[in-house]
Amino acid sequence: MTNLLIYPLLIPLLTAILLIFFKNIYWQRTISIISTALTSITAGSLIYVNYTTGIQSLNLSNWEAPFGITLVSDMLSALLVTASSLITLLCLLYSFRSIGEPREKYYYYSVMQFLLLGVNGAFTTGDIFNLFVFFEVMLMSSYVLIVLGGTKIQLRESLKYLLVNVLSSALFVIAVAYLYSVVGTLNMAHLSARIAEIPTEQTGILTVIAVLFLIVFGLKGAIFPLFFWLPGSYYAPPIPVLAMFGALLTKVGVYSIMRTYTLIFNHDQIYTHSLLGLLALLTITIGVIGAIAYSDLKKIIIYNIMVAIGVILFGVSTMSESGLTGSIFYLLHDMIIKAALFLLVGVMITITGTSNLRNISGLIHKYPLLAWTFFITALSLAGIPPLSGFIGKILIVQGGFEEGELVGSLVVIFSSLFVLFSVMKIFINGFWGTPKAWDHEEKAPVKFLLIPCIVLVTIAVLYGFGADVTEPFISKAAESLINPSVYVDAVLKE
Amino acid sequence: MKNNDVILQVTTKVIVFIIVLFSIYIFFAGHYTPGGGFIGGLMTSGAIVLLLLTYDIKTVAEMLPLDYKLVAAAGLFIAAATSTGALLFDLPFLTHGYWEIWLPILGETGLHTAVFFDTGVYLVVVGVTLTIIQTIGVSE
Repeated sequence: MTNLLIYPLLIPLLTAILLIFFKNIYWQRTISIISTALTSITAGSLIYVNYTTGIQSLNLSNWEAPFGITLVSDMLSALLVTASSLITLLCLLYSFRSIGEPREKYYYYSVMQFLLLGVNGAFTTGDIFNLFVFFEVMLMSSYVLIVLGGTKIQLRESLKYLLVNVLSSALFVIAVAYLYSVVGTLNMAHLSARIAEIPTEQTGILTVIAVLFLIVFGLKGAIFPLFFWLPGSYYAPPIPVLAMFGALLTKVGVYSIMRTYTLIFNHDQIYTHSLLGLLALLTITIGVIGAIAYSDLKKIIIYNIMVAIGVILFGVSTMSESGLTGSIFYLLHDMIIKAALFLLVGVMITITGTSNLRNISGLIHKYPLLAWTFFITALSLAGIPPLSGFIGKILIVQGGFEEGELVGSLVVIFSSLFVLFSVMKIFINGFWGTPKAWDHEEKAPVKFLLIPCIVLVTIAVLYGFGADVTEPFISKAAESLINPSVYVDAVLKE
Repeated sequence: MKNNDVILQVTTKVIVFIIVLFSIYIFFAGHYTPGGGFIGGLMTSGAIVLLLLTYDIKTVAEMLPLDYKLVAAAGLFIAAATSTGALLFDLPFLTHGYWEIWLPILGETGLHTAVFFDTGVYLVVVGVTLTIIQTIGVSE
């Protein structure tokens, strides 16, 4: 039982290796679905164990805490690991009928498992250099997934994506090197404990390193002004891959900012957290502008990713209890709802063969289920009260008001309006009106593709309605962010 | 005109064995002296690259009929399996074990499971390097 928290990492790893040997597509599908289901189950049991017995930490190779690599699974990471495993499961299901055999033959499922390994590892690790390694596992899989298929747009955009990420990885290494030379340790809990001992007048260099980490994770998580690669790169890959990217990759950057800014860099909050707050608000603004400016289905949702990142990071920057709780609520909601939105938009594109909103209309007449699922998702994204986006956003706004961030809170509130406008634009223009005839319509496996979307939306709706049930889990997750000593004690066992 | 590279071919035949031997030496020396799976694997690939330079891809594929993608996958599997083995004894992942074993010629020898992990690394490095080189070599 000591090893429970490694299973969400180990199962994808072993599956990925196994899938290299199997050429048969049906075997590949079966194995990857079963193993991802297992990953989700173990991740779910991790939530339970965390809830009943507290933070789990595992010293790999049996070395004592600061000297070896420690994996730490607190409630936040357990929740995120479960969410990412579930989303991967549903994206895999969606892939069966949409990704196409040529891609499946070239190790598609294997790479998906490596991506899940990277994401789960990044959420679980307690060592800053190990975080870098898991980032690389995740990024290399994403390079493969973005270029797999080899169309012209994929080649062009993967080049940009690769260039930006290689640069940011190099910066990550430099930042870790600076941090190591100042503090002399790489274990996050130990870093936190050591930095707390440094007298305040000597923390100037740590503030510089904190900003450097913000740049690094900002490049991964696409905050202003480091978002420039996102709209193009995410436009290129096929829909299930895009859903994985939109739901998981940027959120890993956001999680890393959350973790480092609450656990490690809490010495000079006036400077670092105000900077984070300012950048978050600018990210929201840019995201909103992009979301209402475009009339392309994928572009609209891609810019909505940025809005959500801004909202979550604004909650983190307030460093208040309600702000952080709200951020976690919103982070989980956003992972699920973005995956659902991308998959739904994918269904629309499969039916119509175009992603240009101007060429689509009247889908509701033939596809009422798709339309109403999309409608619920849209309301949920904007944060209409009983649905899942509401609780997170209201807590973030509350946290903002508590800390006297009036402008910020108002920006968050008004951003919802524009987000609602951008997705309602899709609903009104795409689903209402007179139906048109499309070439691909007969071949589109709409019913099959809708299953994962509906499951995701159901989870989101339950998450919103069952806020009373989830609240104790979320507040437990927020506890280790608000009070980092809980985390430090669990790892260093003092 | 057909080139006659008999000198290159003869020296390659001698040198390849020396390189492979040296790479195996480096691989096993890794625990106490500089070396290990990574550099050992790179050197073995270097020997095979020398074969590729001397002969063509087809000939080398006949000499060593291996699918290097599977070599890399097998290496990954060995490394992962060695690390997972600790789970059977309810120890943390990646915990390694150590035995003194009597071997016929070497006598009393310490055997550490880290060697298996290193073997995995070695195979992955060989597999990946040669997959890259062969793929670039074949595609037009």
